[in-house]
Amino acid sequence: MIEVKHLYKSFSGVQVLEDISSTFQKGKMNLIIGKSGSGKSVLTKCMVGLLTPDSGEVLYNGVNFHELDFEGKKEIRKKMGMLFQASALFDSKTVLENVMFPLEMFTNKTKSERIDRARFCLERVNIIGKDQLYPSEISGGMQKRVAIARAIAMNPEFLFCDEPNSGLDPQTSIVIDKLISELTEEYNMCTIVITHDMNSVLEVGDNITFIHGGRNIWTGTRTEILSADIKELNDFVYASGFMKEVRSNLIKLR
Amino acid sequence: MKAIFEALLLLMLPTFFSHFGAYFLMLTKVFRKPENFKIYRERIVEEIDILGVKSLGIVVLLSVFMGAVVTLQTASNIWDNPLIPKYTIGFTTRQSMILEFAPTIISLILAGKVGSVIASELGTMRVTQQIDALEIMGINSTAYLVLPKVIAAVLINPFLVLISMFVGIMGGWFVVVGTGFATTYDFIDGCQIDFRGFFVYYALLKTVVFAFVITTVSSYHGYFVKGGSLEVGQASTKAVTYSSVLILILNYVITQIMLI
Repeated sequence: MIEVKHLYKSFSGVQVLEDISSTFQKGKMNLIIGKSGSGKSVLTKCMVGLLTPDSGEVLYNGVNFHELDFEGKKEIRKKMGMLFQASALFDSKTVLENVMFPLEMFTNKTKSERIDRARFCLERVNIIGKDQLYPSEISGGMQKRVAIARAIAMNPEFLFCDEPNSGLDPQTSIVIDKLISELTEEYNMCTIVITHDMNSVLEVGDNITFIHGGRNIWTGTRTEILSADIKELNDFVYASGFMKEVRSNLIKLR
Repeated sequence: MKAIFEALLLLMLPTFFSHFGAYFLMLTKVFRKPENFKIYRERIVEEIDILGVKSLGIVVLLSVFMGAVVTLQTASNIWDNPLIPKYTIGFTTRQSMILEFAPTIISLILAGKVGSVIASELGTMRVTQQIDALEIMGINSTAYLVLPKVIAAVLINPFLVLISMFVGIMGGWFVVVGTGFATTYDFIDGCQIDFRGFFVYYALLKTVVFAFVITTVSSYHGYFVKGGSLEVGQASTKAVTYSSVLILILNYVITQIMLI
């Protein structure tokens, strides 16, 4: 479980995160949603330690991450997996080498064991027969899946996904969402997905945190989000004219 | 004038110290205990190939012509002077190549070639979040990316400079023989006169210092890039400029300390 308590972060005097508190459960798809520039990515970067918050706590199973020394942080990071917006696969390594990389760095497995584990992870995300290709030789959707395979290679306890659907068509997006959701259940991970894709929210959102102007203004599930009575959230959820019409019809029906 | 100078100094000093501090903080992370020695060993071998072996061609080509030009210039100045012995051509070529041309000019060339490669590689990794990916995995990205480059350059550059010295002197010999300014005997005689092993030691020491500067300064500029591809290009230019300037300053300092 990850708990964020009273997190504040500013850049050059501009307050980006203001008193953010939230709890992210194990075995669930925890979604952080909000408009572009609302502070979602900054919150995630503070959670994984790529940024240091001005104040507040990020607790991994009760341990305050930002109070740990370099080695302590390293131990928690070994339990993390992250899927980046642009996949962040290593250009100079093949698909198989990318997935094997964390295993090479942190385990004492033999080469054949590492290959077996990497192939298992790649098969789990439906990447078959692409082992020797480089990231530039596969499609964006495949790159995302390889990045997921790399993220789960070490059996992480915490999985972070930064806009996993960006740049993907709606069908592939749903495939990726469902894959992350299945893996979350399968490995009982605490998965945190940053997104502004409403399809994802309605498809897989178990626990949703809505960030607006750097503040956490709503938390709930995907069924609750449709009936929430917060203007900023409704503006986000029902952004298109069509969705606004759907909402007014829903209200009339009630 | 004084006010302008003071204002400029006030503007520049904080930037200078902030870069200086960040550079040394980066170095403290570079020299931490590696997570996996085997992987680092493999990375060092890879970097020796990228930074050293792949620079061999340009080093040989430049050295031949540098040696040839030094020989030609010396010969054209002394060949009709009866008071200066012919072996001076070999002597000057050897001294120029060993003391200055091989270590300093080759290091400047490598700062251009290798420095831009390092800065653009790390810069691209930064803007495509590959460095973030390493950090999230719990890897000391600074050490993983920079340390093998530093070790590789410090190990391989002295060999490149030794080759440069030899090939440069050979280039001079070809010119001497080809133009008939002196005999092979005179040239070799000049190369041997008053030779001290200390000259080579001094040159190699300079090379090691320059190799360290090239790799760390270029890595610093690449590693801390913010923005996109435009900034990666700018970082690459800065890496080459700052490395070259530092090489020239340190060349003076080392020479002052060791030869005077």
